[in-house]
Amino acid sequence: MDIKDIIKEENLVYSKTKLMTDNVLSYCPGCGHGTAHRIVMEIIDEMGLQSNTIGIAPVGCSVLAYDFMNIDMIQAAHGRAPAVATGVKRTWPDKTVFTYQGDGDLAAIGTAETIHACNRGENITIIFINNGIYGMTGGQMAPTTLEGMKTSTSPHGRDLKKMGNPLKITELIAQLPGTYYVSRQAVHTPAAVRKAKKAIRKAFEIQQENKGLTFVEVVSNCNSGWKLPPVKSNQWMVENMFPFYQLGDIKVDGELVK
Amino acid sequence: MARVQGAIVVDRERCKGCEVCVPACPTQVIELANEVNGKGYHYAYMANPDACTGCSNCAIVCPDGVISVYRVKKTA
Ligand SMILES: Cc1ncc(C[n+]2csc(CCOP(=O)(O)OP(=O)(O)O)c2C)c(N)n1
Ligand code: SF4
Ligand code: SF4
Ligand code: SF4
Repeated sequence: MDIKDIIKEENLVYSKTKLMTDNVLSYCPGCGHGTAHRIVMEIIDEMGLQSNTIGIAPVGCSVLAYDFMNIDMIQAAHGRAPAVATGVKRTWPDKTVFTYQGDGDLAAIGTAETIHACNRGENITIIFINNGIYGMTGGQMAPTTLEGMKTSTSPHGRDLKKMGNPLKITELIAQLPGTYYVSRQAVHTPAAVRKAKKAIRKAFEIQQENKGLTFVEVVSNCNSGWKLPPVKSNQWMVENMFPFYQLGDIKVDGELVK
Repeated sequence: MARVQGAIVVDRERCKGCEVCVPACPTQVIELANEVNGKGYHYAYMANPDACTGCSNCAIVCPDGVISVYRVKKTA
């Protein structure tokens, strides 16, 4: 069959959701932020929640998420997204409210807001993009940076004696009674994307049932900060990030897994 | 049994040439072009169009969402 007979409107099986605007993403080539944005928007689309969802953008590379996600959004001060989300959700309890935050935002400057929103069991969803580095500001070490990992502020690799240990904030907040569903996912392969979508959808569904805070970490890449081409950075992520940040559900139905 | 045939359309000017779609394709349809787009990126294209099944794997991992996928059932 000729290609031009296949490429017809009636045969379309996949294209970018209308809930992503037509603005060109500001992200580096191959950056997982774009994929993470798109799947969150696909879920909102599939759940029919476009006009009923409020997203909170962070400070970090995804500071402009409101330019890309075609829903109502607020951009919070660095690390404060869970506090802003708390206010929004308490004002409009019927809205679906989520934050979208990097690891510098969520696990460094915003640690207090993260932990207390989780501990209060706010009925919000936190989408946490963990690339182990401060991408936006030039690849500095983050609390999540792995042992031995080179960053612009740990050029010889993270030395645990001098620089402390990488922080598994997702395991930490899973201990808190206010969290109901906590999962760690990735978006580097088709199978990972499909799983991550299921997890994020589940998080939004639980929010609609008012069961407590839902938290999905997406372990992602930062090609520029890691100084690797995109496909190599995904391989590096599989070999180095996944053994430490293991993928899968951490807390389900309010109970820790395992 | 009906067999399927697919095709993808890459928004050439918006492709960033990241290559993430290339290993995602189970039938090695995609390669990066020798030519570059207006931004200087080697864009993705169907180098081996006959092998496309329209499975959408490439499109769902494309960070920039620039791939559209089409699929038809062949009955013969
Ligand atoms: C109050 C304040 N302190 C510091 C900064 C500088 N700053 C901007 S983004 C950022 C870290 C971003 O890293 P991350 O949250 O991991 O997001 P990424 O860019 O990697 O997606 C920092 C420290 C700021 N904008 N505001
Ligand atoms: S600096 Fe890193 S996190 Fe930021 S857009 Fe580039 S690859 Fe993505
Ligand atoms: S994944 Fe998308 S942006 Fe990257 S090369 Fe393929 S089509 Fe282009
Ligand atoms: S739709 Fe599937 S078979 Fe076709 S190019 Fe994309 S990944 Fe390959």
